[in-house]
Amino acid sequence: MPARVLVLFAHPALQKSRVNRHLATAARQVPGVTFHDLYEVYPDFQIDVPREQEQLLAHDVIVFQHPFYWYSAPALLKEWLDLVLEYGFAYGPTGTRLQGKSLLSAITTGGSAHAYTREGHNHFTMRELLAPFEQTARLCGMTWLDPFVIHHASRLGEATSLSPHIARYTQVLANLRDGQPAPASVTPPSIAKP
Amino acid sequence: MDSLLFHAFIYLVAAVITVPLAKRLGLGSVLGYLLAGVIIGPHALNLVGDRTGDVMHFAEFGVVMMLFLVGLELQPALLWKLRVQLLGLGGLQVFGTALVIALIGAALGLGWRLPFAAGLILAMSSTAIVLQSLQERGQLKTPAGESAFAVLLFQDIAVIPILALLPLLALEPATPAVAASTVDALPDAAAAHGASGIASLAGWQQTLVVIAVVAGIIAAGRYLVNPVFRIIARTEIRELFTAAALLLVISVSLTMQLVGLSAALGTFVAGVVLANSEYRHELEADIGPFKGLLLGLFFITVGAQIDFALLRTSPGLIAGLVFALLTVKFLILFVLARIFRLATPEGLLFSFALAQGGEFAFVLLSFVVDHHVFTAAQAAPLTATVALSMAITPLLFVFNEKFVQPHFARPTPPARAADQIDPASQENPVIIAGFGRFGHIVGRLLRANGVGTTVLDLDPEQVEVVRRIGLKVFYGDATRVDLLHAAGAAHAKLIVIAIDDEAKSVALVETVQKHFPHLKIFARAAGRVHAFEFQKRGVETFYRETLGSSLELGVDVLRAVGFRGHQALRAARTFKQHDEASVRELAEFWEDDDKYFSEARKRIEAFDQMFASDAVTGRQAKGDRGWDPMPPGDASRD
Repeated sequence: MPARVLVLFAHPALQKSRVNRHLATAARQVPGVTFHDLYEVYPDFQIDVPREQEQLLAHDVIVFQHPFYWYSAPALLKEWLDLVLEYGFAYGPTGTRLQGKSLLSAITTGGSAHAYTREGHNHFTMRELLAPFEQTARLCGMTWLDPFVIHHASRLGEATSLSPHIARYTQVLANLRDGQPAPASVTPPSIAKP
Repeated sequence: MDSLLFHAFIYLVAAVITVPLAKRLGLGSVLGYLLAGVIIGPHALNLVGDRTGDVMHFAEFGVVMMLFLVGLELQPALLWKLRVQLLGLGGLQVFGTALVIALIGAALGLGWRLPFAAGLILAMSSTAIVLQSLQERGQLKTPAGESAFAVLLFQDIAVIPILALLPLLALEPATPAVAASTVDALPDAAAAHGASGIASLAGWQQTLVVIAVVAGIIAAGRYLVNPVFRIIARTEIRELFTAAALLLVISVSLTMQLVGLSAALGTFVAGVVLANSEYRHELEADIGPFKGLLLGLFFITVGAQIDFALLRTSPGLIAGLVFALLTVKFLILFVLARIFRLATPEGLLFSFALAQGGEFAFVLLSFVVDHHVFTAAQAAPLTATVALSMAITPLLFVFNEKFVQPHFARPTPPARAADQIDPASQENPVIIAGFGRFGHIVGRLLRANGVGTTVLDLDPEQVEVVRRIGLKVFYGDATRVDLLHAAGAAHAKLIVIAIDDEAKSVALVETVQKHFPHLKIFARAAGRVHAFEFQKRGVETFYRETLGSSLELGVDVLRAVGFRGHQALRAARTFKQHDEASVRELAEFWEDDDKYFSEARKRIEAFDQMFASDAVTGRQAKGDRGWDPMPPGDASRD
C-alpha cells in the first residue's frame, strides 16, 4: 500500500517566487500527494486546528515546503506548528498521534551550498540550522528525513536550469509515496554559472 | 379668588388631569390641553373668567419659543435645502387657498373681495398645533414634517404682507390715515406676529432697517452670544444661564416687533444662527420647559375661547364651515403634495396636518374687523370655525394614523416611555447606544467575551426583536442626559455610539463630551462626511460602517480573479491603512469643496501609482520587501 503524502506549503508572496512557484505546481501534479497551500487557505492566520489535525492523521509522510526565511519557516508555518502540534495530540504522555510518521523539510535558500558551511557566510550547516525542525519531529515520535534543499534559488529562474530540480523534487515525493528512501544528499548537482 | 395664583392653580389642575388622560387614550397632548380649556372655559365650568384673551396673547409667546427651538435644531444647510418647499410649496398653498376660497365665494354670489380676504386669513395653519403634534410623534424630520414646517414658516413670513394687503380689500377703502393708525391699534398678539413700529418711515427706509436688524441678529448670534454665555456659564449659577437664555429670546422678539417683523421669524433666525453653538443643548434644555408650559397654556386658551353659544344657535352653519374649510385646504394641500412629489402616505400626513385654520387667523380676523373689511357678525362664525378646526386637528392626526396610514407603509410606532434600567446594569463598563445592524454585532461580541454592556435603542420594534432572541435591551433615547445617567454613564468606561441617525450620533457625542467627559467614545460613522463631524469634535475612534465589508468583498473578488489569498488580504489592509490616514488628513479641507476634491484626488492618484508600480516591478512600495529574493551579485549568498 502506498504511503499517503501531505505537502504543507508555506509561501507568503508566491507572486515574487522564482523556484517555489514551479516546485508547487509540480508537487500538485504528483498523484497520491495532498498539496495544502497554507497561505491560500489561511490568509488571515486563522488556522482551523481540528481540521489540520485530522489531515495529519490521514497521512503518513508530512512535507514542509517553504523558502528558508531567516534560517526558519515563514510565519504562518510557525503559527501552524504552535497551534496544531498540541500537547496531548503531538507530544506529552498521551500525545502519540503522530508517532511513526515521517517528516521532510523541502527548502529553497538564496545562498549557495558553500554559504552553509563553517567557512561560508551562514557559518552553520543546513542540518544544524534545521535542528528545531528535527527536534520537533523527534518529540512527536516522527522519523526525520534528510532535508531536500535547493540552494541559490535567486539565481535560478530560467526553465532550463530549474527543470532538473523540479524533476528531482517530483521524484522525491513519488519515492516517499512508494515507500522508497529519499535521496540522502543535500547538495544539488552543480549549476552552470552564467 | 381672582388672584394670579388661583388662575395658575386652575390652569395647572386642568392640564395635569386632562393631558395624561388624552395621552393615555392615544390622542396626543394638544387635544388634552384643548379639552382642559373647554372644561374650565366660560361655556362649561367658567372658572377663569373673561381674561382668557389676555392669557392667550401672553401664551402665544410659546409659539415664538417653539420656533427658536426649531431653529436650533436646524442647520443652515438644511434650511437652504428647504428653500424650494418654503417658497414654492408655501407660496402656492397660501395664494392657492385664498384664490379657491375667493372663487367659491364668488360662485355663491358673495363678490370676490370678502371671500379673498377670508381666504388669505383661512390659508394660515396653526404652527403651534402642527409642530407640537409632529414633534410629539417624531415626524418633524420626515419629508412630510419638513414640508409642513416649510409651509408654516412661509405663512409666518406671509402674515406681514397680508396685514398690509387686507385693508385694501375693504368695500369702502380705508383712508391712509386710518391704515397707518390701525397699526398701533393692533392687539399685542398682532405685534407678536408682526406689527410695525417703523411704519412712519418710507418703504425703502423700512426695508433697510429690516435688513439691518436681521443682519444684526445674525452677527450677534455669531460673535456675541457665545462669549457672553461663556462668561455666564463660568459663574456656575444654573438659573442665571436660564435667565440669559430667556433674555436672548425676548430681546430678539422685541427687536423684531420694533421693526414690524414677526417675532417668531426673528427667533427662528436666531435659533438657526445658534444651531452650531456649543451652548445649543443648554439653550434647548433651558427654553424647552418654558416653551412647553406656554404652548400648553396657549392650547388651553384656544379651547376656552371656542364660542359654544354660536355653536348652539347655528350648529349647521358652523359645522358646514368647518367641514368646508378642512376639505378645501386638505384638497389643495394634497394636490400640492403630489406636485412636489411627496409619497402618498407622506402627502396625506402633510395634508391632514395643515388643513386647519391657525392662530394667525384670530389676529387677522380682529384686524379686518377693525378695518371694516368684515363686520363683527361676519367674523364671529369664522373665528369659531378656525378654533374648532384647530381643536379637531389632533383628532385628524389620530384618524390619519389609525385608519389612513395602515393602508400604506407600516404604521408609525406609538409613543412609548423609556424603559426603567435595572440597577445591576448601571455597573456595566460599556454603554451601547443603538442596537441595530451595527450595534448588535458589537454588543454580542462584547457579551460573548464577558464584557458587561448596557444597551439603549430607540426603535421599539428592534427592541422587541432583540428581546425575543433573548438579549436585554432598554428602550430609550440615548441623547437624553437623564437616560445616560440612568444607564450608568457616570461609572462606565466607554460608550459605543452605533445609532444610524447621523445628526443624532453627533449630538450624542456632544452630550457625552459635555456631561460625561471621562467616557471614551467609539463611534459608528456612516461615511466620510460623518467621520469629519466626529473629527471636528475630537473623536478619532470612529469606524465607517461599510468600509470593512466592502473591503472583504474586494478581497474575495481579487481572489476570484486569481490573486493569492494572502496577497489580496494584505492589499486590502494596505488600502484600509491608506484610506484611514487620508480621511484623517482630509478632515481639515472638507469644508472647502475645491481644495477637498483636489487633495482627495492627489491621494487617490498616489495610491493607485503605488499599486501600479508594484504590479510592474513585483515590488511593493513598502511593507513586504523582506519577501523579495536577494538581489543578484550579493556576496552573502556565497
